[in-house]
Parts: sequence; structure tokens; C-alpha cells
Amino acid sequence: MSEVSWTTDEMMTVVAARALPDRALCFVGIGLPSTAANLAKATHAPDLVLVYESGTLGAKPPHLPLSIGDGILAETADTVVSVPEVFNYWLQPGRIDVGFLGAAQIDRFGNINTTVIGDYREPKVRLPGAGGAPEIAASCREVVVVVRQSTRTLVPEVDFVTSVGFGRGAGDRERLGLTGAGPRRVITDLGVLEPDPADCELTLTRLHPGVSVEQARDATGWPLRVAADVGVAEPPTAAELGVLRRLEATVGGRGGPRA
Amino acid sequence: MARITTLPDAVAELVRDGDVLAMEGFTHLIPFAAAHEVIRQRRHDLTAARMTPDLIYDQLIGAGCVRKLVFSWGGNPGVGSLHRFRDAVENGWPVPLELEEHSHAGMANRYVAGASGVPFAVLRGYSGTSLAGHSPGVATVTCPFTGEQLSAVPALCPDVTVVHAQRADRAGNVQLWGITGVQKEAVLAARRSLVTVEELVDELPPQPGAVVLPTWVVDAVAVVPGGAHPSYTQGFSKRDNGYYQAWDAISRDRAAFARWLDEQVYTGEVRA
Repeated sequence: MSEVSWTTDEMMTVVAARALPDRALCFVGIGLPSTAANLAKATHAPDLVLVYESGTLGAKPPHLPLSIGDGILAETADTVVSVPEVFNYWLQPGRIDVGFLGAAQIDRFGNINTTVIGDYREPKVRLPGAGGAPEIAASCREVVVVVRQSTRTLVPEVDFVTSVGFGRGAGDRERLGLTGAGPRRVITDLGVLEPDPADCELTLTRLHPGVSVEQARDATGWPLRVAADVGVAEPPTAAELGVLRRLEATVGGRGGPRA
Repeated sequence: MARITTLPDAVAELVRDGDVLAMEGFTHLIPFAAAHEVIRQRRHDLTAARMTPDLIYDQLIGAGCVRKLVFSWGGNPGVGSLHRFRDAVENGWPVPLELEEHSHAGMANRYVAGASGVPFAVLRGYSGTSLAGHSPGVATVTCPFTGEQLSAVPALCPDVTVVHAQRADRAGNVQLWGITGVQKEAVLAARRSLVTVEELVDELPPQPGAVVLPTWVVDAVAVVPGGAHPSYTQGFSKRDNGYYQAWDAISRDRAAFARWLDEQVYTGEVRA
């Protein structure tokens, strides 16, 4: 038994990093996706290609950027292209393997809301909105979603579809003309959900160490389907945690905390 | 041909009440000093377009200059909410704020259409999202060659676009590099344009990856060293990430924001 202890957020980040194969092209959003992608690059995937929506292709930041447009990304990129170009030439034709997205709400078919909680005209909470997410969700070969699991975040139906997962179920992506395969994995602080091959409903397939199926069910806003052979993820290694903590201590190049 | 002038004179002439105003710069080269001059000159009823409202439009919105926001992602990058934006949307303070929102790809393509002189742009996007239903500016078109259904967004042609750049020469040719965002498209789409620059030089030296805006597409150039702070200018300054983090507390509270306006914008020079 390892003596290393970890937080649930660290476990989530490590599992997200492991989802990225070496040499993949990854479209990276800021926050946890950027942390996970840089963790992957610093551990098992040194040739992972990081693409940020600011137009920095092949960025190799030595520390975590605070924004998707920090100077360190442009300074270390293979090339820097304009914003219309990064979306039109690089994302839209399906050149990117993995897109990483966060969510304020996600529903049982993997549709994501990052726009408003409540009614659009009179919102309870106004969230930042779409950014690059709708096209990342549409056009990346596959999408990985990272979200803390609770009945507030995993809801039966999202208040606003900012980015499409599987719409109302199997066949909807094809009907809508979405070229990528959609959210193949939803990684939470409790485990991993994957779409059921039959109807695309998100199904619990793996738990993090120490988490029970009941905990995952209680933190889901719909009756959660559980795979027959639900597995348990390997805990973070000392090496993964060491790199992760070193990266997180250097956000923005200043060592400041991230809110 | 661009005239070399001062920032107050350029804003007085080129930014007018009721304008569709675009102040672009994707995280990098955000023209903060020009926005503060817009606030000082008490411009109002603006339709403010920008992909990422960022702190710059949080400040314009909080100061009451903006009637309508056209945007695609309204957060404080890596930090959290834009609280003046949220207060305006959720509570109508200091004035109600109308929203027109897009995805990044939609906004970028709207500028591309504007720069290209065509009425709309075509992209794969919006299909199946609620954005299409909530924005009057999203429609579906059928490809005349393949019959495929695609999304269309209308050209965005600002009355005036304001950007910040590394330098200009004395003839008013502008050079910018690093993350260049949608600035070229936003300037070419606009009826009027103003560029603030770090320095004026006799001749623009060759610079890999640079965008050059010829003097004949720019109306005015004003020299404003540090004019992008707390954003940054590659080769001249670093992004002030600490300022972005500190903005969270300033903007969260109406009184703290009002003090910031009084101390940093209405009186004295903003720290560059």
C-alpha cells in the first residue's frame, strides 16, 4: 500500500492525463484540461501536441499558463496562427484527435451547458458562455469531459445546450452533421462514465479508489446506469503526483494559486 | 492614410456614442488604455463586440458605456467570473445589458465575412445547440454544390475597431506579432480604425510571423507605451496575471469597482 495521499481533484486530473495517448493532437482549454494535458506531456506522452485556441500550435510551456493566451505559449509553439485559422483550418476539418472540455452541467447524453443556470433571459447564474467548446465538441475525433460530480452538475437535462454530446441519444450526432465521435469519456472526481454503445447514455464504468457505486449514484441527478464489470482506477503514482504538484505550483509562471 | 495623433484626440474623433465598437486582442495585445479613454470621454449606448469581453469590457460595462454586448466567452481567464458583466446581466446594473452571443468560431467567421466584404460566413457549428435558437444571427444554409446543411453567421462590421500593436512607422504602417487573434479581420471589417502602439519607428524591421496593417487601412495611430496592461505586448511586457487575479475582488463589489474607476480611470493616469 502506498503511503502517498492525494485529493479527489488530483485523482481526476491524473485520470484525465492518462486518457491522452502519446503523439495525439489535443485541443486544450484552460484550467484542469490544460493541467492534465501538460501532466501527460511531462510523464507518459512527451510527444503530445498541444493546440490552444489562441492559435498556438504545438505549444510546450515549461510552466502552466494562467490563460490560453499567455506569452509562454506563443514563445514555445511550433507556429502561431490567427484565431479564424485555428478554428477553420485546424479544428473544423477534424484534424484534432482529442478535445478536452469542462462543464457547469452535463446531462445523461453528454450534452454540456456552460452558458446559464436557469432561464436564458432571467438567469440564476450567468456563466461565461460558449468560447471554443461547441466546435471542439462537434469536430474533434473524440471529446473528454472533466467535471466534479454532483446532482447540480450531472443533471437529467441541461438548462442550455452549449455543446452537443449525443443529443437525445444514438444517431443524433450523425443526424446533426457532427463529424467527431463525441464525449467518449466523462472523468469526474468519483470515477469515469462512458456512453453505452446501444443508446449513448452515460454509464459508470470505473470508480476511483475508495469510492463506492452508491456514492456515484447519490452524486448523479438521474438514475445512474452502472456497467456490469465496473473497474477501479489505479491510484496516482508518486511520479504523477510529483509532476502534477510541481506544475500546479507554477501557474502563470508566478507560483500563485489558481482560483 | 493613418494620422499619428494622441489617444484622447483619436478617441474623440473616431469613437462615437451609439457605435458598434470592437476592441480586439485575444488575451494578448488588448487595448486597455484606449478603453479607459473611452470611459473618460463618457461614451454611452455602445454595442461592444469582442470575442472574449475579458477585464476590458467588464470595465466598460461597469462604467455604464455599453448597451449591448456581442461576444463568445465572458470569463476572467483562469480566474473565474467577470463580475461587472454578471451584475449587468443578472441585475441590470448599472444599466441593462442586451446580449448577442456566439461561439468563438462563429465570432471569428463573422469578422472574416466583414473583412471579405461578403454578407455572411459559412461554418460547421451550432447544429443541435441552444445558441442557434437564442441568437438571431445564426441561420442554416444549403450548400449549392453538395446539398449539405451548414450554419451561416452574418458579417460583423464595426463602426470602429481599436487594437494595440507593437509598433508603427511614421507613415502609419502597423506591425504586430505573437498571438494576433482576429485583429486583422476586425480592422479590415470596420468603417474606422484606431491602433495604439508601443513605439513609433523610422522603419519596420523584419519580424517572423508578423501581421502588417498598411497605413491605408488605418485611420489613426497613437503611441501608448504599456497600453495593453494588464494584458501584454509580446517583446515588450509580460501578462500581469496577478492583476487578473486581483480584479476578481475589485469587480465583485460595486463600491470597490467605483473606487477603482475614480482612482485609476477618471483621475490621473492609469498605471502602464
